[in-house]
Amino acid sequence: MTIEIAVDELSVTFREFRALKTVSIAVEKGESFGLVGESGSGKSTLLRAITGLAPSSGGAITVAGETLSGSRRSKAFRRTVQMVFQDPYASLHPRQTVDRQLVEPLAIHGIGDAETRILRALDEVGLGPSFRFRYPHQLSGGQRQRVAIARALIVEPEILLLDEPTSALDASVQAEVLNLLEEVRARRGLTYLMVSHDLGVVTHMCGRLAVMREGEVVEMLSATDLAAGRTVSDYTARLMVASKGFSREAVPTG
Amino acid sequence: MTLLAVRNLTVTYPTRTGLIEAVRGISFDVGRERLGIVGESGSGKSQTGRAVMGLTPKPGIVSADAMTFSGVDLLKAGPAQWRDLRGRRMAMILQDPKFSLNPVMTIGRQITETLRHHENVTKKEARQRALAMLEAVQIRDPERLFGLYPHEVSGGMGQRAMIAMMLVCGPELLIADEPTSALDVTVQLEVLGILDRLVRDTGMGLIFISHDLRLVSSFCDRVIVMYAGRIVEELATADLRNARHPYTQGLLDCTPKIGEDRHPLPVLERQKEWAA
Repeated sequence: MTIEIAVDELSVTFREFRALKTVSIAVEKGESFGLVGESGSGKSTLLRAITGLAPSSGGAITVAGETLSGSRRSKAFRRTVQMVFQDPYASLHPRQTVDRQLVEPLAIHGIGDAETRILRALDEVGLGPSFRFRYPHQLSGGQRQRVAIARALIVEPEILLLDEPTSALDASVQAEVLNLLEEVRARRGLTYLMVSHDLGVVTHMCGRLAVMREGEVVEMLSATDLAAGRTVSDYTARLMVASKGFSREAVPTG
Repeated sequence: MTLLAVRNLTVTYPTRTGLIEAVRGISFDVGRERLGIVGESGSGKSQTGRAVMGLTPKPGIVSADAMTFSGVDLLKAGPAQWRDLRGRRMAMILQDPKFSLNPVMTIGRQITETLRHHENVTKKEARQRALAMLEAVQIRDPERLFGLYPHEVSGGMGQRAMIAMMLVCGPELLIADEPTSALDVTVQLEVLGILDRLVRDTGMGLIFISHDLRLVSSFCDRVIVMYAGRIVEELATADLRNARHPYTQGLLDCTPKIGEDRHPLPVLERQKEWAA
């Protein structure tokens, strides 16, 4: 197996605050890898550092054989790696139609044949051609997230970085979007790096995962080990308890 | 004993394209218990909570056959009566403490403000009761938090302060609208634990509004499931497994759980007649 994303002792510092403290992960080609942790644990920062949206202050990142430095990324990188954000209300341009938002990445990368590609992309995410000339405000949250996924897929990437892709959605819509993401990955053989705070979602989607806390990887384990409760760190065990919902026994009283 | 009785409540909003019925004729009772209201966005669950508190924003219209809160007819209550009720006898906790706390007032002042508005207490007494309340929501150093501004505290801390503020006058009914969805899972449990203990100790009624059926079912005694402005099912949480309505079953079924291998996940097939 080849390593598609290699992050080696990466650190990210915002002024004095160290958001990431020497984090290393390796994601194999075709794998779906999860990052879990509470807010402020650095899981989103890791994704942003890979795309160059957060400044790295040490360590190395290699994606698809290309060693990255600084926050500049090549055009080829931007075509290979695409990102889907948490909030589809914020990540789509409110005054552009779906068609316009899908044309943009094609124009940037000089990909022709826009007409058929747009129709195919919409079809792939389960939206009919009737959605093509709508504005984001005319779509529901789930439909918007489908558009965001279509926009990522239209340049035919190999890696998708997913930053909490379903946490802004209702439970029933979440199921639909998760199914869509799995389907797309199976069909195209994509590599996923997925951030979520929901252990249920991560174990459903990913084979392996890293548990993060305060800018460090606390534990790295497979989804089956997690499900069987074979955890090493206390923190992972606590996350497990919390994800099972409220119970009077689980809460320390005092 | 029934604290709140609601009969045939509707909330409508006039828009350019006609009337939008957010809540369409629902009836329920709340006693000294934990009642959960569950539904997806747009189901009318928050609108129900707001209507009970008299906080339906303009130009919304609330109408009902009856809406009484321990002897008070809420439909006939004037502004002065609402001011007297809200904060003292019924209180509401909102989703995100970042938006529901006053950013330019210290947390201590916000708590004592409630007390001094509703009760005839001295400054010193108010301060002591506020500190005692902050201790009750398990804040380790109440003196410190008392003097802090909302932006200086974490989400979990802010939500505890919010709970302290709402409970300081000892209300009979508490409406919590997604009180923990903005918090991390581990913090979520702590906040729920605090809420649980306070509800048990003071014997107040609680309406817990959430989109998360599993969370509600682990916390409440009884659940109302709403869809498109109506109640589709009402049941005790112990009977949740025997839920009869396909919507409730679908909601229970569609979240991925640890240790399950279901690919693809079952999705809700919405039926037109559910909304009828």
